Amino acid sequence: MTPLFDLAVSVARVAVFLTFCLTLVVVLTWLERKGAAYIQDRRGPNRARILGLTLGGIFHPLADALKFLFKEDFIPDNAHRLFYQMAPMFALAPALMTIAVIPFGPPVTIAGHKVALQIADLNVGILYLFAISGMTVYGVVLAGWASNSKYPLLGGLRSSAQMLSYEVSMGLSVVGILMVFRSVQLSEIARGQGELLLGFLPKWGVFVQPLGFILFLVALYAEANRTPFDLPEGESELVAGYHTEYGSFKFSMFMMAEYLHMVVGSAVLATLFFGGWQFPYLADTGFLFPGGISLAVPAWAVLVLRIGSFVAKTLFFCWLYIWVRWTIPRFRYDQVMRLGWKVMLPLALLNIFVTGLVLLLIDRGGV
Amino acid sequence: MTIGVKKVARPPKMSFGESVYLLEILKGLTVTMGHLLHNIVHNKEIPTIEYPEVRRPMPPRFRGCHRLMKRPGGAPRCVACYMCATACPAVCITIVAGESPDPKIEKYPVRFDIDMLRCIFCGQCVEACPVDAIRMDTGWYTPPEDTREKLIYTIDRLLEK
Repeated sequence: MTPLFDLAVSVARVAVFLTFCLTLVVVLTWLERKGAAYIQDRRGPNRARILGLTLGGIFHPLADALKFLFKEDFIPDNAHRLFYQMAPMFALAPALMTIAVIPFGPPVTIAGHKVALQIADLNVGILYLFAISGMTVYGVVLAGWASNSKYPLLGGLRSSAQMLSYEVSMGLSVVGILMVFRSVQLSEIARGQGELLLGFLPKWGVFVQPLGFILFLVALYAEANRTPFDLPEGESELVAGYHTEYGSFKFSMFMMAEYLHMVVGSAVLATLFFGGWQFPYLADTGFLFPGGISLAVPAWAVLVLRIGSFVAKTLFFCWLYIWVRWTIPRFRYDQVMRLGWKVMLPLALLNIFVTGLVLLLIDRGGV
Repeated sequence: MTIGVKKVARPPKMSFGESVYLLEILKGLTVTMGHLLHNIVHNKEIPTIEYPEVRRPMPPRFRGCHRLMKRPGGAPRCVACYMCATACPAVCITIVAGESPDPKIEKYPVRFDIDMLRCIFCGQCVEACPVDAIRMDTGWYTPPEDTREKLIYTIDRLLEK
């Protein structure tokens, strides 16, 4: 493999996957407003128009971006200037970095070389993911503290407590998956989910770890600060929470970080629990249905179906974030803490214990 | 006898299914999805009125912005009698009277200003007017302006509505 080819592939992968995620962020801001409006029997964004076309308000994210770019970059008088400037970067950078380990599709062969559809196929995939996403809390806490204002401070405090407590159950809820697929490498986990369970059920994480899936989903919502766990920015209590004092592009960076977390979270959820790029019953050469029926599919169509299925799963979970947000009211703070420590944590530990027990019994039975 | 003590009915205790919460969330999700799909399919039935382009039709007795009536010749019907200014509880009408060129009419308003910032839309001026010169039937509420001066409506503005 020539170094030039290597470099070109790396750059192309970064460009394509980053563009995909950032485009999804833009679409999500539109979907959030339009979905919210339709759920609440309103019309939603419909004003921004180009050449007389509104297209259901799809140009509003563009108008937003322009507005944020041209607003005054304001720093409050008593804010800690350095930390105030650093906080949006700390919020956005981890969100962008986590994209690196997500497998967008199976490895493909280009000009005789095997190329993974993943920016970096790290052998510590999940650990990297948790390590980086754990840094998100710094952005929020820094923003809350540096703003020198009471509402951001309260938002930052809440978020530090909430994110730390849910990080624990999030990490533990994934342990079950790691035990089943015997790897922390995300590409390995995605590949492992292509097998069949009991001969007819795809061996997806959600089928082998249903409790782990629910716990991970809840913890993911808490980590992304989304309703029903959006206490750090509870609009009705804390104005806007930790980014109350932010304006212009700094605010937009916080917003982008929030939506990127949704995108990455959905992609991770799809990878860990819904087979990643696996299409049900689709093997490398074509469909192999449980009844012994097979259907040959050309290799390019297999690739398209697999990448398409990953994108579809990610989009569905992104939509689920929005759907849940406009359905469920916010928890009270003590309820969040009680759920985190008294319900999620014991259940996650129980899940690990039961998974270990079952795996041990299967191993003994096999031998 | 205890005073002011009232037994309030407490909500019944939640069943196990309700306290697990997951099933209830799914029920809630179906409700919101129902609204979403209904609004996508029946897009025209969304009750929103798209305000600047579409206006809610006002009932005929709605007291909106004022207008001054004209005589058939185009002159204001107002005879500058000060009845409306006297009746106005908010003291928002300023009238300066002048001698009318028409020999049959004694006076006419040289200035007739309504300070919309002070007006409380009570309709006392309309009731007080002996010649039905001022009405509040335009169906408009005060539109926003960017200066205070623009909200003091002069006689020309009141006549053209």
